[in-house]
Amino acid sequence: MSKVLAVLEQRDGTLRKVSFEVVTAAGRLGSAVDAVVCSSNAPEGCATAVAERARSGGYRAVVFAATATGRDLAPRVAAKLGVAVAADVTDLAIEGDAIVATRPVYAGKATQKVRVLGKPGVVSVRPNVFTPNAQASQVKPETLSVSSPGRVVVREVKPAPAGTVDVAEAQIIISGGRGLKDPANFKVLEELAKAFGGRAAVGASRAVVDAGWRAHADQVGQTGKTVSPSLYIAVGISGAIQHLAGMRTSKVIVAINKDKDAPIFKVADYGVVGDLFEIVPKLTEEIRKLHG
Amino acid sequence: MKIVVCIKRVPDSETRVKIATDGKSLDEAGVKFVMNPYDEFAVEEALRRKEKAGAGEVVIVALGLAAAQETIRTALAMGADRGVLLQTDKVPADSFETARLIAAELKTGTWDLILFGRMAIDDYNHQVGVLVAELLGLPCVSAVSHLDLDGSKGVAEREIEGGIEVVEFPLPAVLTVDKGLNEPRYPALKGIMAAKKKPLEVKAVQAGAGAIEVAALTPPPERKEGRIVGEGAGAVPELIRVLREEAKVL
Repeated sequence: MSKVLAVLEQRDGTLRKVSFEVVTAAGRLGSAVDAVVCSSNAPEGCATAVAERARSGGYRAVVFAATATGRDLAPRVAAKLGVAVAADVTDLAIEGDAIVATRPVYAGKATQKVRVLGKPGVVSVRPNVFTPNAQASQVKPETLSVSSPGRVVVREVKPAPAGTVDVAEAQIIISGGRGLKDPANFKVLEELAKAFGGRAAVGASRAVVDAGWRAHADQVGQTGKTVSPSLYIAVGISGAIQHLAGMRTSKVIVAINKDKDAPIFKVADYGVVGDLFEIVPKLTEEIRKLHG
Repeated sequence: MKIVVCIKRVPDSETRVKIATDGKSLDEAGVKFVMNPYDEFAVEEALRRKEKAGAGEVVIVALGLAAAQETIRTALAMGADRGVLLQTDKVPADSFETARLIAAELKTGTWDLILFGRMAIDDYNHQVGVLVAELLGLPCVSAVSHLDLDGSKGVAEREIEGGIEVVEFPLPAVLTVDKGLNEPRYPALKGIMAAKKKPLEVKAVQAGAGAIEVAALTPPPERKEGRIVGEGAGAVPELIRVLREEAKVL
């Protein structure tokens, strides 16, 4: 029976949602999953503690979340174990002696299958992909104490303004492009996001980020974030190939655009053609009714 | 300041991916290659730091095929001083192999700052910079979107889910950089001419097989064809209905 180490994340003492996904993914690779979480967010100290546990525990695999924290921590730990990370994985299986990991490459324009031959295999899983199972919700991670924080010190975490949802984690994303015409007009998208009751984030196309209308943190696409929400609403976005790459794994895509020939309609499940300044406020009103 | 920037040659982000006949790699015919966009931020940052210090050297290191010389020349045209190509006949699928070869090269010099893009837009591995830092025993901050340097220490900001982490670190250090750090310059004609005469050393290296091997590369699952539910605000009730009843996302 092979053992797998799941490295979880918490903030303010609470496990983050992605942690349950990590436990679920780890369960694909072995019958026994040990879950750990670091006692501090000091990257070097945490990496040392996790690598020591990975070595001493005789694990077949170590699984991280491909979040900002996990993408930093996983390679630190992997290097200490002398292997690379199979990063941003969307599916995992054991075939013979190898872990087989599926991962989107070229921002989702192709899917790569890799055999992970390292012992242990180090993997990071993309958020919002592995649906947490019952076992995962029961997880009680062991806290690894970070004895020495190391040279890199997190001095402070500046929280995003209250009520904003991060694009990388949101279940619903409403993205705007050049069709919004003016940065101030993103207000109509923010209103719609608010109508979903704190589950929705406002994203942006590269064009409007490059124009300085929106922060880079909001950008969806090949040089921004690759996202897989349950619902992606593209508003005034024509659908450049690098944008489509970043959102094509969304479960349901809605496009609102005045140009019926816009490429965005090729990937959208549902499209509405017309003036976004009429359609979006109406949509906001209807969503409010549903949640009212 | 002595700064080294590690860059990668990648297919342009507008590339339509075609799978090669081996079923494992990209068909490169007709593909336009560029410097990885995140690496442009790293090159720009290095040039600004050197300009601010008034002295120093910016060295470009790339691991890749002979054609990556062109990518290095682009960085030299932006203003870097010299380049080193670690030439292989195949870019390793295993990032640890890439990191091992780059770390071995970097050990031959002394650096105040080692910069990488936070990830490459082709393989999406986002780890080589961090692996190199570990192999060199240097402090590392990944995905830096704001940077202040003061003598022998630095303060960096990095985006995390739902906030910004402010991180302090000593120099020398390895940083991987994110979009938002700066606005990369375009090479001017003068720079392009000057770049032709700048030193570019080519060293043959041999990557090992590694512990991550590509089994297959396939097109992504096709999305089912969608439909236009209507025009204008009048279509909104129908949109709500299909989202609730068919898609079941509301």
